[in-house]
Amino acid sequence: MAKPTTLKDHFRETRLFTHRTITALAFTVVLMLMLMTRLVNLQVIEHDSYAVQSENNRVHIAALPPTRGLIFDRNGVLLAQNLPSYSLQIVPEQVDDVDVTIEQLRQLITITGDDEQRFRKRYQSSRRFKPITLRTRLSDEEVARFAVNRHRFPGVDITARLYRHYPQGNLAVHALGYVGRINERELQTIDTSNYEGTDFIGKTGVEKFYEDILHGEVGVQQVETNAQGRTLRVLEQTPPEPGLNLHLTLDADMQRIAEQALGEERGAVVAIDPRDGSVLVLASMPGFNPNLFVGGIDSKSYHALRDSPDQPLFNRVLRGRYPPGSTLKSFIGLAGLEYGVVEPNASIYCPGWYKLDGHDHRYRDWKKSGHGPVALNRSLVESCDVYYYDLALALGIDRISSFLEPFGFNDLTGIDISGELAGLVPSREWKRHAKREPWYPGETLITGIGQGFNLVTPLALASATATLSTYGQHLRPRIVAATEDPDTGDVVDFPVVLNIAVPVEDHANWHYIIKAMTDVVHSPRGTAQRIGLDAPYKIAGKTGTAQVFGIKQDEEYVEEDIQKRLRDHALFIAFAPAHEPKIAVAVIVENGGSGGAVAAPIARKVMDAWLLDKGHLHDTSNTGEMTP
Amino acid sequence: MSLLDTPVHDLGQRRRSLAQSLHIDPPLLLGLLLLSGISLFILYSASGQNIDLVWRQVVRLGLGFTVMFAIAQLNPAPLKRWAPWVFAIGLGLLVAVLVAGEIGKGAQRWLGLGVFRFQPSEVMKLAMPMMVAWYLSDHPLPPTAKRLAIASLIILVPTLLIAKQPDLGTALLVASAGIFVLLFAGIRWRVVAGFAALGAALAPVLWYFMHDYQRQRVLTFLNPEQDPLGAGYHIIQSKIAIGSGGLYGKGWLNGTQSQLNFLPERSTDFIFAAYAEEFGLLGILVLLAIYLFIIMRGLLIAVQAQDTFTRLLAGSLVMTFFIYIFVNIGMVTGLLPVVGLPLPLVSYGGTSMVTLMAAFGILMSIHTHRKLLPR
Repeated sequence: MAKPTTLKDHFRETRLFTHRTITALAFTVVLMLMLMTRLVNLQVIEHDSYAVQSENNRVHIAALPPTRGLIFDRNGVLLAQNLPSYSLQIVPEQVDDVDVTIEQLRQLITITGDDEQRFRKRYQSSRRFKPITLRTRLSDEEVARFAVNRHRFPGVDITARLYRHYPQGNLAVHALGYVGRINERELQTIDTSNYEGTDFIGKTGVEKFYEDILHGEVGVQQVETNAQGRTLRVLEQTPPEPGLNLHLTLDADMQRIAEQALGEERGAVVAIDPRDGSVLVLASMPGFNPNLFVGGIDSKSYHALRDSPDQPLFNRVLRGRYPPGSTLKSFIGLAGLEYGVVEPNASIYCPGWYKLDGHDHRYRDWKKSGHGPVALNRSLVESCDVYYYDLALALGIDRISSFLEPFGFNDLTGIDISGELAGLVPSREWKRHAKREPWYPGETLITGIGQGFNLVTPLALASATATLSTYGQHLRPRIVAATEDPDTGDVVDFPVVLNIAVPVEDHANWHYIIKAMTDVVHSPRGTAQRIGLDAPYKIAGKTGTAQVFGIKQDEEYVEEDIQKRLRDHALFIAFAPAHEPKIAVAVIVENGGSGGAVAAPIARKVMDAWLLDKGHLHDTSNTGEMTP
Repeated sequence: MSLLDTPVHDLGQRRRSLAQSLHIDPPLLLGLLLLSGISLFILYSASGQNIDLVWRQVVRLGLGFTVMFAIAQLNPAPLKRWAPWVFAIGLGLLVAVLVAGEIGKGAQRWLGLGVFRFQPSEVMKLAMPMMVAWYLSDHPLPPTAKRLAIASLIILVPTLLIAKQPDLGTALLVASAGIFVLLFAGIRWRVVAGFAALGAALAPVLWYFMHDYQRQRVLTFLNPEQDPLGAGYHIIQSKIAIGSGGLYGKGWLNGTQSQLNFLPERSTDFIFAAYAEEFGLLGILVLLAIYLFIIMRGLLIAVQAQDTFTRLLAGSLVMTFFIYIFVNIGMVTGLLPVVGLPLPLVSYGGTSMVTLMAAFGILMSIHTHRKLLPR
């Protein structure tokens, strides 16, 4: 009984199992078709989309930073160049432990606290696969030491790139400026895509003003990278367009002479070719070495520069606002003539002081004993203050300020260097706004001798002097003469720009003032006579001293007794040859004392260099409007 | 008797040959050798032309085939006798691993045995179908409700122990090995539907017991783009690799996703994506055809098996092999969540391959030790 049952079961079970096996096979086939559907979907229907995503994974755009333009002086002397340097870079995502890596690198390479701090700051904010610079400008020895140990440092690499170098060191640093690392604020203003791969940007001076031209256009490279971001090969590239070279109007030799002439003094020298506004010398002393800033200056050196009482970082030429002092008398005298307020030969008597009607205050002359009877010519030659107190009063502040304005005393000169400040010519309007006070007549008096509220930068003073020398042709001072394409050699000259032509009432008036200014230098009583003695050409000049602090009514100004810092600033303006000017100069020596003794000899050296050493005395081409 | 005396057996008898006496099934062996060849080929490319890695895989395959041949020599009869003991030992080891196991890759799966470590859950992959088949084979099929309940318990306990390690992939395989025995044993579809409904109802409960990383995997599966650089990265890169392969593939050694390291785990769990990228849909058709061939041959072996135990065991082993394939490809193509299962016999890796080859050894043993009736 049992056996047939088992057999029957056996038969039934076998059939059942066969059915189930067929079901299993069907199940398998159905699921496999499901997989196939999915795969057809991915590989055929959505293939294009995935192919693009795969390409985007693989192909990356790498920037090819352009080479920065070079800077030359007017004679082709190299002032700013690019040198190769080796930097140590770390790719964060390829490094297991950054702290350990830095510690190990320290055993091979000097890494200062500053380096590490800078690195960490960038490490916080940048993307994991972008290399971050830890050290720049490795020495050859450090490069070699790292190369031997490279295998120990995955994700750390040495890259060669160009860095900015100023072969002349301190020379003309305040004109050239310097480049430094791009900071957060600059990142907001630049086209970041054009700065991919570029670390540096012009911070001051010509480097900043002409940043766009010097920088060039970034190139792009399509590269194949792996998942770790390492470049495997270049697929396609558009080369970068290098920045243009700049040819400055500056003369490096003259610049050096000016800087050496200033020596240890604090001060500024500006020389302009009045014929085209070319700035020949732009010296602000003391200076500093711009190369310090390129790789990132260490904080100790930076603080030393920043906190020095001599303010080497301060650009005196563009931003130093000084009282013009007696140098302004040339312009006030001219105003007197042009407005018909003075008769050139009419004398006034100078007792050594001046008093306003109805006031007790004595406005003193620099010469305590007085100049005696003084006419216009002598007032300039001997720089009589009393004459100009009287003249200023006769002109009135309104005519003084409107006369001075077109010379650029109240404005930016518009020079092509970043950071310029404007001077100040006071007026009723200005005082009402700035001080909320009415104008007092006494203030007109001291404006007449370039004191009081008057302020001028050395650059604006030199520009005004050049304007005076050319009978009112106020050209815009310029530091860049031309650009040059480094690839093609194409040179583009920059145009001469006339800021404004000063309205001229009578050329004879200008001629008179210029004659008087030559007497300042060449007559035996002139305040700058010592530089005129042996000059082989005629110089028109005017000395000045600018008071640093007020002297009380009955005090005596004794130079030796006064601390050097409180001494007057020495000023001198000049142009030469007087009647066919080829150079105009302004010199300011801070706390230098006497303009004639300290500032004028510096101007003479600069003029000699231009007219004699460089031979421009006998130039025949003149672009400015000349003596009739 | 005459019903079992099918022409197939006659053919088998007449061809009783070298293969038969060596206890080798030539079609199965051919399929496995083809897979091994594909494995070595794609591994060379996916590993970045690392010939050392390929040699290590050759050694592993050699070990696997050796194990397969050895097991094929055994008569299936003792396998049935040993089944409860093997299962008991496996269960004991699973408990041991929870108590004293080593932690590797965040999960307690390994048991140190002096010089080598091994995963007791691998034993369970074979012990589970043997045990369930043993339990059901001596009684009439389909099983009674009581037997079904006990069989379910046999399946549930080791599955939970493995899931607890946690090793979701292996738990899934072990459970399905047991469940397939039940299905082959002929439980009614009504019951199957009931279990499926119960499973769906229990899903939220399962969610509650999941580890954070397992939940993350499920969430990532549902929306890989929510975390493209984290958990979703694997799936996104895998889909890009497969999709960009297109119809014909990018060519051997030319798959940018795998060659440039964008595809993670490209020699192991995600090797299918590397293969799909370089050989395209056509290459996949070839691969799936080989798999289907092996499965069909396996099912044929099961149908031709002579007693209930070997039949159930063979059927379950074949279908578990398929589950391996389906889960791996499903995961790599983004159809299923990421569970760490290799592509059988193609992925680089050791332990699971030996278990797999042992299963094929059992299949060969079942097929070559049949008592040929018309002696």
